[in-house]
Amino acid sequence: MGTSESAEHPNSEFIREVAAVSGVDIRPCYQCQKCSAGCPVSGAMDLLPNQVIRQIQYGRREKVLASRSIWVCASCQTCSVRCPNAIDFARVMDGLRHLAMHSEVSPAEKEIPLFHRAFLDSIRSTGRVHELSLIMRFKLKTRGFLKDASLGWEMFRRGKIKVLPPGTTGGNEVKAIFDACEKGAGQ
Amino acid sequence: MNDVTYFPGCSLHGTAREYDESFRGVAKLLDIALHELEDWTCCGSTSAHSTDEALAVALPVRNLRIAGRHDRDMIVPCVACYSRFKAAEAGAKEHPEYLETPYEPKVAVRYALDYFCEPARSEQMRAKVVKPLAGLKVACYYGCLAVRPPELTGVARYENPEHMDRLLGLLGAETVDWSYKTDCCGASLTMTRTDIVVELTGRIVAMAREAGADCIVTGCSMCHANLDTRQTALAAKGGGEPLPVFYFTELMGLAMGHPEVKTWISRHVTDPKRLLAKKGLL
Repeated sequence: MGTSESAEHPNSEFIREVAAVSGVDIRPCYQCQKCSAGCPVSGAMDLLPNQVIRQIQYGRREKVLASRSIWVCASCQTCSVRCPNAIDFARVMDGLRHLAMHSEVSPAEKEIPLFHRAFLDSIRSTGRVHELSLIMRFKLKTRGFLKDASLGWEMFRRGKIKVLPPGTTGGNEVKAIFDACEKGAGQ
Repeated sequence: MNDVTYFPGCSLHGTAREYDESFRGVAKLLDIALHELEDWTCCGSTSAHSTDEALAVALPVRNLRIAGRHDRDMIVPCVACYSRFKAAEAGAKEHPEYLETPYEPKVAVRYALDYFCEPARSEQMRAKVVKPLAGLKVACYYGCLAVRPPELTGVARYENPEHMDRLLGLLGAETVDWSYKTDCCGASLTMTRTDIVVELTGRIVAMAREAGADCIVTGCSMCHANLDTRQTALAAKGGGEPLPVFYFTELMGLAMGHPEVKTWISRHVTDPKRLLAKKGLL
C-alpha cells in the first residue's frame, strides 16, 4: 500500500484536521506496519491501521471516514503502545469516529455508531447505564429483537439483569454536562 | 480498618454483579471498609471516548470531584471505569476548556487488582488463606486496560505482566505461562459485531487451553462477560470443552473461605462448579 498512490500529491489539510480533533500528529509515521501487525481486529478492517494513516496523509477524508476500520477498532491500544514513533493511533481512531459522527458520510458499520448513540442516550437520561434499557434502546434502533435473546434469558435467570433502572440524583448534572459538551462542539 | 471510597460503575450493578459481590466480600475479609461513592454517575465508557473527547473527560471528572471531598483513595474494580478516570485526569490537564469549572485533582484512583497486588495487602491476604487453590491451573488474563497505556496504568511490564500471576500464586494456584495475557477480547463490539468477539474470545480460550489451564482469571467485567458468555458459540464451532472464567476476587474469596462463593459463581453462564468440585475446592 502506498506505492500505487505515489503519483498523487499529498495534502496536509486532513492531517491538520486529525491533529486538531485527536491531539495526535501522524506525520512521523514511516509505515513500518507494526500497528497493523499487532491489531487484533485487522482481519475485519477494510483499511489496515497503517493504511488509514497513509490515506490521511493523502487527504482522503471521505474514504477514511467511510471505512469499516474506524468502527471495528476495539480501542485496545496495542497499536499506540507499540508505535516506534509514539503515534497514539487509538486516539486518532477516536478522533476519526468523532469526525464521522459529525459528517454526512454514511458509516460502513451501521450498528456500531447506533450503539454508541444508544449508550450515550442512556447515560443522558438517568446518569448511569441501565443495561436492560440500553439493550432495548439499541434493539429499537436496529430491529434486532431476536439476537442474543436466549443469552439474555440465561443471564436474567442468573440474576445478572436488573429490571428496574436506578434512581440517581446526579442525573441533572449529567444532562448539564451533555448540554455543555454539545454547545462546545457547535462552536 | 482501612477506609476507601468504592466506585462500582454501571456493570457491577448489573451483569457483573458477582464482581461487586466478591469485591465487597474480600474487602470485608481484609478489613477494608468500602464507602460507595455517593451519587456516582457513568464514566462514559467506550461510547463517550469513541465519539466525544470533551464528554469523555467531563463525565468521569464529575465523579472525581465528589471523591475528592473525602480523604480516601478511590478503588475501582471495573478496569474500563478505571481507565476512563486515569484518561480524564490527564485530559483535564491537557484540555481545561473541556470543563466548565477547573478541576484540581484531590483523589488517588486505584484499580482493584493493583490495590490487592501491593506487597503489604497481598501478604495480609496470604495469611488469611484457609483453602489453598492447590491443583487449580489458571491462565491470568489481563486484557487491555489493566495494562495499557502504561503512562496511565503505571504497569512497566505491559507486554508480559505478572502481578496477577503472583497474586494467584499466593492463593496456591498454579499459573500457566501463555502469550494471550494482554490480547483484546473485542470488548463492547459484543453487541454489534458479535462475530468479531466470538473469534477473538475463541483464540484466547483456545490458547489458555493449549497452555494447560483449567480456567481463566480476569479483573475486567467486559472481558468476563465476553469470555463467559460467548463460549456457547465457540463450542458450537468445535472449540472443545468450555473453560470457566473467574474474577480474581472470586478466587481470593474461595481461598480465604468466604461463605458466599457458591452464590457468586452461580451467576456465571459457563458453569465453574464442576471444575471446582473435581479439584476438591467446593
